[in-house]
Amino acid sequence: MPDRKRALWAVAEQTRGKLASVTPEVLGQARRLAAEAGGCEVAAILLGKDVGALANDLLACGADKVFLVEDPALELYQNDTYGTVLHRLIRREQPEVVLFGATAVGEELAPTVAARLGTGLGAHCTNLALAPDGLLTMGVLGFGGRLHTEMFCPDRRPQMASVKPGMFPPLPREEGNGEILREEASALLSGADIRIRTVRIVKEEPEGMPLEDADVIVAGGWGIGGKENWRLLTELARELSGATGCTRPALDEGWTDGEHTMIGTSGKTVRPKVYLGFGISGSPHHTVGIKDAGVIISINSDPRAPVFECSDYCVEADFRKILPLLLSEIRRAKVPA
Amino acid sequence: MGELNLVVLVKPVPDPSCYDRIEIDPATGALLRQGMPAVLNPADKHALEEALVLKERFGGRVAMVSMAPDSASETLMEGLAMGADEACILSDRAFAGSDSLATSRVLAAGIRKIGPFDLVLAGNESADGGTAHVPSQVGELLGVAHLANVIRMEVGPGGSVTARTRIENGYIEVRGSLPMVVGVRREINTPRYTSLMGVMAAQGKPIRVWRSEDLGVNAAEAGMEGSGMRPGKLSRPDYRRKGEILKGSHEETVRRIVAILRAEGVLG
Repeated sequence: MPDRKRALWAVAEQTRGKLASVTPEVLGQARRLAAEAGGCEVAAILLGKDVGALANDLLACGADKVFLVEDPALELYQNDTYGTVLHRLIRREQPEVVLFGATAVGEELAPTVAARLGTGLGAHCTNLALAPDGLLTMGVLGFGGRLHTEMFCPDRRPQMASVKPGMFPPLPREEGNGEILREEASALLSGADIRIRTVRIVKEEPEGMPLEDADVIVAGGWGIGGKENWRLLTELARELSGATGCTRPALDEGWTDGEHTMIGTSGKTVRPKVYLGFGISGSPHHTVGIKDAGVIISINSDPRAPVFECSDYCVEADFRKILPLLLSEIRRAKVPA
Repeated sequence: MGELNLVVLVKPVPDPSCYDRIEIDPATGALLRQGMPAVLNPADKHALEEALVLKERFGGRVAMVSMAPDSASETLMEGLAMGADEACILSDRAFAGSDSLATSRVLAAGIRKIGPFDLVLAGNESADGGTAHVPSQVGELLGVAHLANVIRMEVGPGGSVTARTRIENGYIEVRGSLPMVVGVRREINTPRYTSLMGVMAAQGKPIRVWRSEDLGVNAAEAGMEGSGMRPGKLSRPDYRRKGEILKGSHEETVRRIVAILRAEGVLG
C-alpha cells in the first residue's frame, strides 16, 4: 500500500463572506480526530471571491493550513465549479479524510465530489472516530433517528463524510500561526464543464434568537392545535429569554415562524440547558434532535406519549391549563423580592 | 420544444409511520423489517407530480425507474395510477449491499437503457436511508447538470431551466438547460391523489424488470464489490431519561417547573 499523506480536510462553507456555523464544528471535530489517531495534519479548504480574511478564522478554529481558492467564478456556490476545484485538489493532495458540513450545499457538493472520485461517503454523520491505522468510523442515523449504523470506507480513499450541524461543538478560538496556501484558481477551473449558473443567493437571517444559541427552548408540536395557542408558547420563550422550536407536524400546519425553528432529523440538533415541550408526542424524528439537552420537561395530556420516556420531568396535563399558570408564575418569580 | 422524455427515480421504503417498531435481530445483528409495509418514498411522489405536470404541458412520457426487488411492482402501481406511463424495476441479487454511488450506477444504467432523456427527477432523499446522495451522483454518472434540494422549477420553451434550491434561511436561484437531474423537496408541489380511473388504467401499463446483464452492469460496479461504504454494527439509539412524573395540582406542578428552571440558572 502506498504511503499516504495523513491529512484530514474540512471543506469550509461561506456565503457572502460569512462562514457557515457548521464550519467551525467540522474543523473542531477534524482536530479531535487528528489527536485521536495520533496526530495528523488538519487542513481547511476555502473557496470564494475575496474571502481571504476568513482564512485566518479557519486557522483559529483548528486548521494547520488553509487551501485558499479565490476567483470571480467562485463568488456564488455552484456544484460544477466548486465540485471541479475540490475534485482536482483532492486528487492532487490525496488526503486521508475529507469532511463536509451536512448543510444544503454540503449535501449536494459532497456526493458530487465523491462520485467524481469514485469513493464512499457517509451522510449526515452524528458520530466520527478515527483509528490510529487511519480508518474512519462514521456513525449515521437512519429510519428517522430510530437506527444507528456504523459505516466504514475500508478500501477507497479519501474517506468522505458529511457532518450533521449541531453535533460537534467548535473548539475555543486560538489565534493560530498556520499556513495559508493560495491556489491558482484558473488552473483548478480550466476546462471545467459549467452547466448551471447561479443567478443569486438569497438569505434572510431570521429574527429572534437562533435555537442553537438559546439556553431555554420552548417547543410545541401538533397538540398545540392552532396559531392562537402558539402565541402563548412564543410568549413563554420570550419571558425566559429563550427560543421557540417546533416539530415537523407543527411546521406543516403553518403555526410556527418557519423551518429554521424545526428540531429533529430533518431540522436542527439543539443543546439548550432546559427544553420545555408542549403537545409533542415524541416521535424519534423529533427526539433525536433534543438528546443533548440539559433538562427535558414535557407537558402532554396523553400519559402514554412516547416523549415521556425521553424526558427528565413529565407533566401529564392539558398544556392549556399549565401554560398560562406557568407564564404568570415565571413573571412573579422574576420580580425582585 | 417537442415532447419531453421524463424519468422519475422512485424507491419503495418501509412505511415511515412504522419506524417506531424497528427491531434488530439479536442473533444476527441485522435489521428486522417484517410487518412493515412498503410504500413509495414520500419525497418521490413530489418528483412524480412535477414530471406529470411537465408532461401535461409539453407532452411526452414519464417512466419510473426503481432499483428494488421484483416485488416492488406492487408499490410502483401507485405511481402508475398517479399517471406514470411505465415502470422499470432494476432487480438483481448482485445489487444487494450497494451504497449510494453503486446504486446511482445501477440507476444511471437503467436510465440509459430507456433511451434519451430530457429530465430525471427524484425525491431529494429517501425516508429510510436518507443519504440525499442519489440525485447528485446520478447526475454526475450521466454527465449532465444536476441540482439537489429543488423547491421551484420552470422549464421554458427551448429547454431552458430556472430553479430555486433550498438552503438554510434562504434559497439559491439558478439557470441552466435540459438535460438535467433534479432532486426535489416536498415544498415543490402537492402530489395528486390516485383516481379510480387512474388505478384502472395502471393495470394495463408496462412494468419491466431488468437484471444486471440487461443493464450491462458488472459485479465490480454494483453491490458490495462496487461500494466504497461498508456497514458495521447496527444499534437502536437509546434516548431514555429518568421520566419523573410531576404530581399534584396544576399550581404545584407549575411551581416545580419554576424551581427546576431556577436550579438550572435560566430564570435570569
